[in-house]
Amino acid sequence: MSSILARIIQWFDDRFGTATLKEFLRHKTIPLHRHTVWYYFGGMTLFLFIIQVLTGILLLLYYRPTPNDAFESVQYVMTQVRFGWLIRSVHSWSANLMIFTASVHMFSVYFLKAYRKPRELTWVTGMLLFFIVLGFGFTGYLLPWNTLAYFATKVGTQMGGSVPVVGKWLLIFLRGGDEVTGATLTRFFGFHVAVLPGLATMMLAAHLLLVQRLGMSVPPSVEKRIAEGKETSKIMPFFPNFLLRDMIGWYAALGVLGALAAIFPWELGTKADPFAPAPAGIRPEWYFLFMFQTLKLLPSRVLFLDGEFAGILAFSLAGAIWVAIPFIDRKVGFSRATRIFTGLGIFALGYIIMMSALVFK
Amino acid sequence: MTRLIGSSVLFILALATPGWAQTNDSCVTCHASLDGALAQPAKDYVSDVHHQAGLSCADCHGGNPKDDSMDAMSPAKGFRGAPDKSKVPEFCGRCHSDGAYMRRYNPKLRTDQLSEYLTSVHGQRLKHGDPKVAACVDCHGVHNILAVADSRAPVFPTNVATTCSRCHSDSKLMAEYKIPTDQAAHYEKSVHAKILAGGDTSAPTCTTCHGNHGATPPGVTSVANVCGTCHVFFVQLFQKSPHGPAFEKMGLPGCVQCHSNHEIVKPSDEWVGVGSKSVCISCHVEGDAGYASAKKISDELAQLDHSQKRAEDILSTAERKGMEVSNAHLELAQANENIVKARVAVHTLDPVEVGKLTDPGMKFSATAYEAGVAALRESNMRRKGLGLALIFIVIAIAGLYLKIREMESKPQK
Repeated sequence: MSSILARIIQWFDDRFGTATLKEFLRHKTIPLHRHTVWYYFGGMTLFLFIIQVLTGILLLLYYRPTPNDAFESVQYVMTQVRFGWLIRSVHSWSANLMIFTASVHMFSVYFLKAYRKPRELTWVTGMLLFFIVLGFGFTGYLLPWNTLAYFATKVGTQMGGSVPVVGKWLLIFLRGGDEVTGATLTRFFGFHVAVLPGLATMMLAAHLLLVQRLGMSVPPSVEKRIAEGKETSKIMPFFPNFLLRDMIGWYAALGVLGALAAIFPWELGTKADPFAPAPAGIRPEWYFLFMFQTLKLLPSRVLFLDGEFAGILAFSLAGAIWVAIPFIDRKVGFSRATRIFTGLGIFALGYIIMMSALVFK
Repeated sequence: MTRLIGSSVLFILALATPGWAQTNDSCVTCHASLDGALAQPAKDYVSDVHHQAGLSCADCHGGNPKDDSMDAMSPAKGFRGAPDKSKVPEFCGRCHSDGAYMRRYNPKLRTDQLSEYLTSVHGQRLKHGDPKVAACVDCHGVHNILAVADSRAPVFPTNVATTCSRCHSDSKLMAEYKIPTDQAAHYEKSVHAKILAGGDTSAPTCTTCHGNHGATPPGVTSVANVCGTCHVFFVQLFQKSPHGPAFEKMGLPGCVQCHSNHEIVKPSDEWVGVGSKSVCISCHVEGDAGYASAKKISDELAQLDHSQKRAEDILSTAERKGMEVSNAHLELAQANENIVKARVAVHTLDPVEVGKLTDPGMKFSATAYEAGVAALRESNMRRKGLGLALIFIVIAIAGLYLKIREMESKPQK
């Protein structure tokens, strides 16, 4: 039996060179220090992304992207298809968890200064992936064509319409017209299942390639302690030690997803009626709340600019600066941790949490 | 010189009078400068609908408003003065019964108010010399008349009951006519008053049933017709029912017999049947056919109501557990539609007719209930499945943890 297995492995090795992969895995290591725990969030996000792909494909078997059928097809999945409720609930919960773990991953990379030379492009590809994930969330939210999704998309695309310079064009491009209609649904479906997955695959490949090429970053504070002799440089083999630990996290995430899906199945709500008035208390998904609340609090005029325009302009600039951080914060070397940028990160995180909390006040 | 001073004073007074600043109407300028009751018409008339339509004092009272002297009020110049109470209807009717004249101001306004009024109890009594009854000005006001559509008008639907009760709740005034004075108090408790207070001005008030200008109490035989102007289907069923001819024969006032007249409260299923709150047992006794029918109808309604509530409860429990039961709600909506129709069919007093609606209603609510049971069963299954999956996940995590420990406890090569 073992000889058959050995022959099969050999067969694959002759064609794919698996020995090279084994060799790569044997030499791949992970730095071991008091911040190692943050390394797991990248893998966790990847795991949740894989779940999204798998459950998304299953949902595609039944979903029909037209205003007449979308809601009913999701309702059918939830009530008639065997384990359809589980697939749809896991897809929705996993989307939210993925945005959460991606956010944790992003802020941990930021605070541990892992974006510093030579990992600038790892940060940039990661940020682009994060925007793609938000795009997945935004486009996927409309697909069940329920009341909340419909009006939240109306508000969201309206916000997009306030983007400096290209706002009007962006609004028409997103909606497929002046209003949120069936054309918007078709478009969002296209973005959600074709455009964004394509972009995500390319960006993910680039991101993972860079991670493999450059390895894990050791935080400057740890490097300093090692240089001062207060700590010794330790490593952990990626395979199997780190991977097994990663798997513990993935199993735990699977358990949490299953529990959320079984105890709090994702609600479907009522079918969208474009002619009905917007329900009270309409708001976007939790990850867009800070922007929503900011725009709500802004006065109608800020200096000589329209309030909403000024808000979107500020967020666009902040986003651009955030992406370009590795090229701005160039002194994050071994001994000169730039406290200003750490403070900026704390401010951004605090602002997001506070503004999101204000919505529920 | 005196004339010059007098004219100047009048001019200044005219300018100082709000709403009349541009007038050269001597009635207004003089009355505005007077005290008390004589000044009041000039003040009130500013907001009057007739003033807004461009009519002046002289259009009703006659006289010459261009004459600054007392000659303006000379009968020779057509001055009619204030009419005696008995003449008020004709005084107003001079214009309001003139279709050609009224069309110039409000083509939609009816011109039969005077003729209707003369048929009313108020009009009849006034004609026979009773000055205490209501004439036009008692309800509409005198110099401060507002359009009926104006929510401040005493005849606006939400104000009608208060306007009527000014006299009809006055026990001293009504004693002479031997009319009860509790109508307004009863009406305030009615479902009609509550709907009206909620802002639905199409809800009935005093004038809807009694008439406005032709106000008179509906006779025993016309009660059903009055209620039937809104509750059409109920009256049709009632008239075809055994009660229709029987009530007529016995001189009973149709709808009012069970629903009362002014205090028309929301009926409940307990009104039907043989229980303590039933209206049926006020006439029917055990052993007669009506008693048996009432019991049967009551049982049908109670069963459907119970079945519907049971289905509602289980569906809301399932929804609280996150289950999708919108299709079952459609079944429940059908059951609800059936019970509403069955409550209307009670007016046939025929258990078979009621049963034709309650039986399918029972089937709808049973289907909804079964969907609720299935949803709860499914929810329990999910939780059990989750428990089982979590056990496997915990075992897998423990296995991985032990594997890592075992692996890392070995000395590194």
